[in-house]
This record gives sequence, C-alpha cells and structure tokens, in this order.
Amino acid sequence: MITKIQVARLDDIDRLGSRTVFVEGKEVAIFRLSDGSVHAIENRCPHKGGKLSEGMVCGAAVHCPLHDWKINLRSGRVQEPDHGEVTVYETEVDEATGAIYISL
Amino acid sequence: MNQKKKMVLVGNGMAGIRTVEHVLKLAPEAYEITVFGAEPYPNYNRIMLSSVLAGGADMKEIVINDLAWYEENHINLHLGDEVVRLDTDKRKVVSASGVEAEYDALILATGSNPFILPIPGARKDGVIGFRNIKDCELMMEASRKHKKAAVIGGGLLGLEAARGLLNLGMDVTVVHIHPYLMERQLDEPASRMLQHELEAQGMKFLMQKQTASIYGGRRAEGLEFADGSRLEADLVVMAVGIKPNIELAKEAGLNVARGIIVNDYLETSAPGVYAVGECAEHRGIAYGLVAPLYEQGSVLAKRLAGVETAAYEGSVTSTKLKVSGVDVFSAGYFNDAPGTRSLRLQDELEGTYRKIVLQDDRLIGAVLFGDTTDGPSLFAKIKSGESVAGKEKELLLGFTPGQAGAGASSPNARLAAMADDEIICGCNGVTKGTIVEAVKGGCSSVGEIKACTKASGSCGGCKPLVEGLLHLYAEGDVKAVKEGICGCTPLGRDEIVASIKEMGLKSVREVMNVLEWREPEGCSKCRPALNYYLGMLWPAEYVDEKESRFANERYHANIQKDGTFSVVPRIYGGVTSPAELKRIAAVAEKYQVPMVKFTGGQRLDLLGVKKEDLPKMWEELDMPSGHAYGKALRTVKTCVGSTFCRFGTQDSISMGIQLEKTFERLNTPGKVKLAVSGCPRNCAEATIKDLGVVAIDGGWEIYVGGNGGVKVRAADLLCVVKTEDEVVEWTAAFLQHYREQASWNERTAQWVERVGLDAIKAVLEQADERKALAERIQDTLSRTTDPWKEIIENQELRKNFEPLRDVQLQNS
Repeated sequence: MITKIQVARLDDIDRLGSRTVFVEGKEVAIFRLSDGSVHAIENRCPHKGGKLSEGMVCGAAVHCPLHDWKINLRSGRVQEPDHGEVTVYETEVDEATGAIYISL
Repeated sequence: MNQKKKMVLVGNGMAGIRTVEHVLKLAPEAYEITVFGAEPYPNYNRIMLSSVLAGGADMKEIVINDLAWYEENHINLHLGDEVVRLDTDKRKVVSASGVEAEYDALILATGSNPFILPIPGARKDGVIGFRNIKDCELMMEASRKHKKAAVIGGGLLGLEAARGLLNLGMDVTVVHIHPYLMERQLDEPASRMLQHELEAQGMKFLMQKQTASIYGGRRAEGLEFADGSRLEADLVVMAVGIKPNIELAKEAGLNVARGIIVNDYLETSAPGVYAVGECAEHRGIAYGLVAPLYEQGSVLAKRLAGVETAAYEGSVTSTKLKVSGVDVFSAGYFNDAPGTRSLRLQDELEGTYRKIVLQDDRLIGAVLFGDTTDGPSLFAKIKSGESVAGKEKELLLGFTPGQAGAGASSPNARLAAMADDEIICGCNGVTKGTIVEAVKGGCSSVGEIKACTKASGSCGGCKPLVEGLLHLYAEGDVKAVKEGICGCTPLGRDEIVASIKEMGLKSVREVMNVLEWREPEGCSKCRPALNYYLGMLWPAEYVDEKESRFANERYHANIQKDGTFSVVPRIYGGVTSPAELKRIAAVAEKYQVPMVKFTGGQRLDLLGVKKEDLPKMWEELDMPSGHAYGKALRTVKTCVGSTFCRFGTQDSISMGIQLEKTFERLNTPGKVKLAVSGCPRNCAEATIKDLGVVAIDGGWEIYVGGNGGVKVRAADLLCVVKTEDEVVEWTAAFLQHYREQASWNERTAQWVERVGLDAIKAVLEQADERKALAERIQDTLSRTTDPWKEIIENQELRKNFEPLRDVQLQNS
C-alpha cells in the first residue's frame, strides 16, 4: 500500500535549494529545481555519507558538499567516473495549494 | 549454432577478474561466465588494503568491480562460496554450498594463503595474516582494545602492515629473521637507510630473531624467540610469506609443485584448465606482485578469446614501497653475483641511494632509495636488455654529467623520452603506450584516462606521471591544452570577466547563457566563481546568489564530516574580554556544544553544532560572524606589541584590530589571512600571511603573498610606510587589486607567483592608483552587513536552517 505524505509546500523551498525532513527514521532531502520540478532523495551520499541537502544543485544533479560526487536527482544515480545510487522517493505537487507529497 | 562456451573462474581476485575483463573486451559473446569467490566481497584491490589500514582509503574505494558490473556483464557470481571439488573427467566444479558448474574452460585463480609459521600458539586469538578485508578489520578492532603489535616478517608486506598498525596508534615491532629488511628487494645499504627512516617514524625492529612460539592464554600475549628472549604483543601479524593455494588442483590430480604448474600459455596439466596469478607456477616461479599477474592474464585472455598472442615468458619484476612516505624502488638482480659489476651512489645528506648492476653491457638490476623517479626508465632498460655501454654514469646519476642544468632535467623531457612499453602504472600494469593512445583517442583528464585504462586507479602514486603524459600528448600540441575555468566552458577567467564587463551581464544565469556554457546550470566550480566575479564587478547592483555558494558560505558556518557545523564568532585581533568569554561559555553550555577549541587565527571555535541551532546560537552570542568559512578576510593575528611587550616597537594590537574591523566581510577570490607583528621578531608570523605587517622603528613593513598552508611561501616585501593610515591605504589597495585581478580560488601566494611582485608593485606604487583602488573597495565594504544578523532577522533566510516539520499522513 502506497502512503502519500505531505512534507512541505512549494514556498518552503527556495529555487535551486533544498529542505530536509525525517520520514520513518530516514532523512530525506527535497529539492526544487530551476524548472520548478520537485525531487526527493535519501539525504546520504553513497560515498561517505555526506548530506546531499547541503550540496549545490546544477541542472538535475546535486553535487555532494564533501567530495563533489554528482547525483542525478531524477534517477538517484551517481555520475561517472564514480558509481553508486541513492533512494529516490516519488513526489507530487498539488498545483492549487502548492503542497508537496512524497510516496512511500 | 552460436552456443556460448562455458567459462568458470575459481577465485574472485585481481588476477582472475582481470583476465575475465580482458576476455570480455576481446570476445564479449564467446563465453557464459561463472565466478566463485571464497570471500563475501566483490572484486577488490588487495594491494590497497595497506592504504586502507594506513588511513588513506576507505574499504568501499578499493572495490574494483562492484556487484553491478557482474550483472551488467551477465556473470553468474557466487560469493562466499568456495569451490571444494574439481572433476576434470566430467569437466565440472562443485562449491561448498553444493552448486555445480560445468566448464569448457576453467581458470584457477585461487591466489595464495598467508604462510602461518607452524609454531606453538599460532592458532591463538590475535594471530592473523595480512591478506584480506577480514584481516584489516581484525587489525582495526585490535587497535581499539590493545596496544602492542608484533609483525613477524620484515619484507614488503610486513612493513606495510606495520605502517598501517602505527597509523592505528599501536606500538609496533617488526621481527625479522634476516640481518636486514626487505632482503629480497634491497641490498644492505639501501635496507639500512630504509630501517633508519622507518625508525624515525616510530617503527621498532628486532632483527635476526627467529620466533619459536607464541605464548599467552586464549589470546596471544607475546612472542618467544629461539634465543629465549621475549616480546610482548597483543596482536601478532604473520607476514613471513605466502603459499600458493593449490589444494583444489592437487586433489584433482593436476601437476603441482609450489604452485599449480603452467606452461607459457598458462595451461595446466589438465585439458581446458588454466591457472593464473599467485596460485600459478611458471618456469619455477610463483609471483607475488601484481604486474606479472596482469601480464599472465593478458596472454591467457587472448588465448581464450582465440586471438594471437606471444607466449608468456616470465616477468622481470620491480617493486615500489608505496606506504610510509618512503620511496624505494627495486628491479631485476640487484645483488652482486659473480660476473656482475655495480655502480653505487650514496648521498647521506639528501638521504638517497642508487645502485645499478651491470652484466656485460646490459643493465640487469637497480635499487633506488629516496628518489625513485628513474625507476620506470631503468626498469624498461632491464626488460629490454638493450646495451647501455657508455651510458653507465648517466644511468647512475640520472642525467649526463656535464649537461647544463640536467640534474633538473624537465619531467616533460623524461616522459617524452620514455619508451611506449614502459610501465607507468605498476598497480595495474598500464604502459605509456596505452595511456598515450587513450589521450590521443580523446581522454582529456586523469579521470577519463583512469576510466579507460585503469591507470592511477589504485594507489594513485603514478598520477603526476599520468598528468604529465596528458599535457604532453593531448591535442593542443606543444602548449598545454586550453582549459577553461571548468569543464563547462573553454573560456578562461580573464575572458569571462572582460565579457561580463563589456556586455553588462548581471546574473550567473545570464553569463552561462550568453557565453554558451556546455552545462546550462554550470557546476560546483564555475557557479561560485561567476557569483564572485559578478559581485566584485557590480557591488552596487548585484544580489549575491546563495545557491551558487558552497554549503559553508550558505550557512555561514563550517560544515563538518558528520553534517554538524562549527561556529566561530569574530574576535578582533585575537583580543577578548571576560564578559565575552562568559557569553561564549554560556551559549556553549546551553547548546551542549561537544567541543570548544582555539583556532590558529586566535579565536574560539564551537564545534559539533546542529544546523537548526545556528541562528539561535548566533542570536544569543550577539557577536558578528568571524567568516571562518568563507573566501573572505579570516583573521588579523596579532602579537602583544607595545601595549605590554618589552620588545614591542609599535602597537600591533590596535593596528590589527583596525585592519580587521575595516576589511571584515570582504569577498575575495580566496581566503585572506592577515597578521600584525609589533617588532621584527614577528611573533604574529606575519610573513606567511596573505598580507602581513611588521613594525620597525618608526614605521611598518608590509609583506604580501605569503602562505603557511600546503605549499609554504614566505611573503614578499611590498613597501615600508610610516603611519597606520598608510598601512590601511596600502592594504586596501593591495586587497582590491587582488580582488580584481586574481582568479576565483586563487590565493594571494599563487597570484603573486603567477603575475610577479614587480607587476603588482608597478600598479600600487602609483598614488592615484592606490586611491582609486581604495575607493572601489570602500564602495564594496560600505554595502556589507553581518550575515548572522541578517539571517536572525529574516525568516525567509532563517527557514533554510530548519528541517521541515508538520508531516501529515494522507493515504492515497
């Protein structure tokens, strides 16, 4: 059974910025890209556990603040030449209210 | 009828998997591959275990091929499942868990086991080999509860284990049966120098000691030697040698001696069965170093892929000690056998030793200690067997005597002169030829070369050589390849700044669009750079883009490895007061700050602070930000000066405080550290600062471009002035000139080196230039505000410090 949880509203998150939320004991980072889309991933870099929410967002990828690993926010995959991936949570934005939901 | 043949690989280590990688490259569709590995890990680089132990690498970093690779290549992988039976009649293997696999081609790559001395006590707890990840974990665990370690074996592996244990904080003694260390690779003089160097690092040695038994209860407590003496130890690492793992082959009836006997095509005595790596014995030798294993794997892979190959004729080996910061290189036959002549050069002042061994007119061996740069080229000559008649002195000295400036013969010249088949990357057996091919084929960075060829992918020691080859052979000819400020653009800093000025570009996005960036939103290198240049050029209009700043500068605190932050309030000139200290202490206690530490910049650092506590702490501290996190003015260190010091010529403290108050919050291309000393004794260390002021009788000396960090640089004298006002005037001019001219991320030291002090002086010595620069910096400074205060008062900014709350559950 899929659970949808409202985690934020659009105006809680700056463009190209992110906020974090704890969901079922895991820290999730929610990003708002320049194209308006919203993405949610596990807030932990597969390299050394860096907080991806503190990274710089460039296009559809976030650059981990610790060692600059680049993680694609849509697929959760780490970009070459490094390898790995993070959990991606499906998000939904209610256009009318600006509410952001993630699916578990 | 294209049915795939079945290949089974017994052993998931470096030699076997390298062979499989090679087969996949040559004949990707030829085989259905199954791999059995006794260890539960995917293919990892065993050589790098030394680095993991010594603290340079992480377990995850040493994985060569992760589980995804096996899947992508459709390899049936059985981890933690050792093959226990080989049936050469039925052509199948059976694993411990009962899995059976038939083969058309079977590769035995079972490696070696550490040789455990057959002495009483060898089975006690705390007695281990140094071979795999489990051993590393046991060592790390032991270092947490115990103090003393003994390493039996003063060879290559033993010394690397010892270095790793030293790093873990243990008291380490290396026990060796021979009179000197690494006798298989080094001659006595080089070995003594090595021992001396390692002793200076804290390693202890007991030479010519034979271990008779290990005493203790359930757990080892020490070693007893044949001569009756004892050594206390809670951890005993056996590094006395390795034994090829031949049990499986032996039971199946294959010809074995020390290792599994193979011919020049790596074939064993059983049809369809091959052996490669440490378990194989070729012409009487079972190799324990990696390059020969890759050479074997290459021949075997070609054979299995049906590609023509020359026979494997054995390897000439070279070793390089890569841990401990000690450079040692050895190749070929380095001892003085009859019929050989040797040349030696021992320089006790520099701590170097070089020995070359010649037979007739050929080089057959070499030992280098201290400076191993010539290792690869000497090794190439040993392998090729070419005549070196007439060049002996050149080989010994590393250059032709009489050649002017040849001692420092350019690294580029050496690289260019290297033969194509010289090995650049010893860990992965990559030749110069392979790297050059990759560069010519389009690889334009060390990372890309690494991805294509594996060079520099293991210990990383060859990275400077790989970089050198990249610059030498990249398309772009004799000059280095034109690189932009990052991969997003070919434009350099000057072009970008000029374009911004000319075209009046006012935002990061606009710059990237107009100047046709490859990545529409840039990257973590160029975004902050552009943000800086725009702020520098348009102080009045540009609104700083926090999303283009690194985490530290966004949160105005230093991010730590665990995601907490550090808070460093401004303490001008390193001078505080009881009231201020009490306030800091109160805040630290209230927020239960785990660590309060003095910084090098003469102020206090509160470490381990949670992000959401930052604004509250700033509010309660009620002190301005110390900007300890930014490319900005950090601190102005001071010494006591004439306020109290009997030597003080001037009041360094007021000068320092004035400078810090004037220039705080300024955005600069790189962090800027200042200091003011009250007399030439220079107790504030002003001469390794970006700008340092030293008081003299009747005036002040101003030094610039110093750096006390990774690359130490003494500052250069810029000028001598009489008054405090002049100090401020010159500092303003210098800082603004630096801001306007240097590249983002370039410290003053690098900038001064690059443009030359004279060029800078030429500008600053003109009074009207100084005035104009000072006006521009004043314009910028007048617009700065304390970021902490700004965030405390602005909820829009403050919200980014808080995690989202109010999570509502809604079922779909």
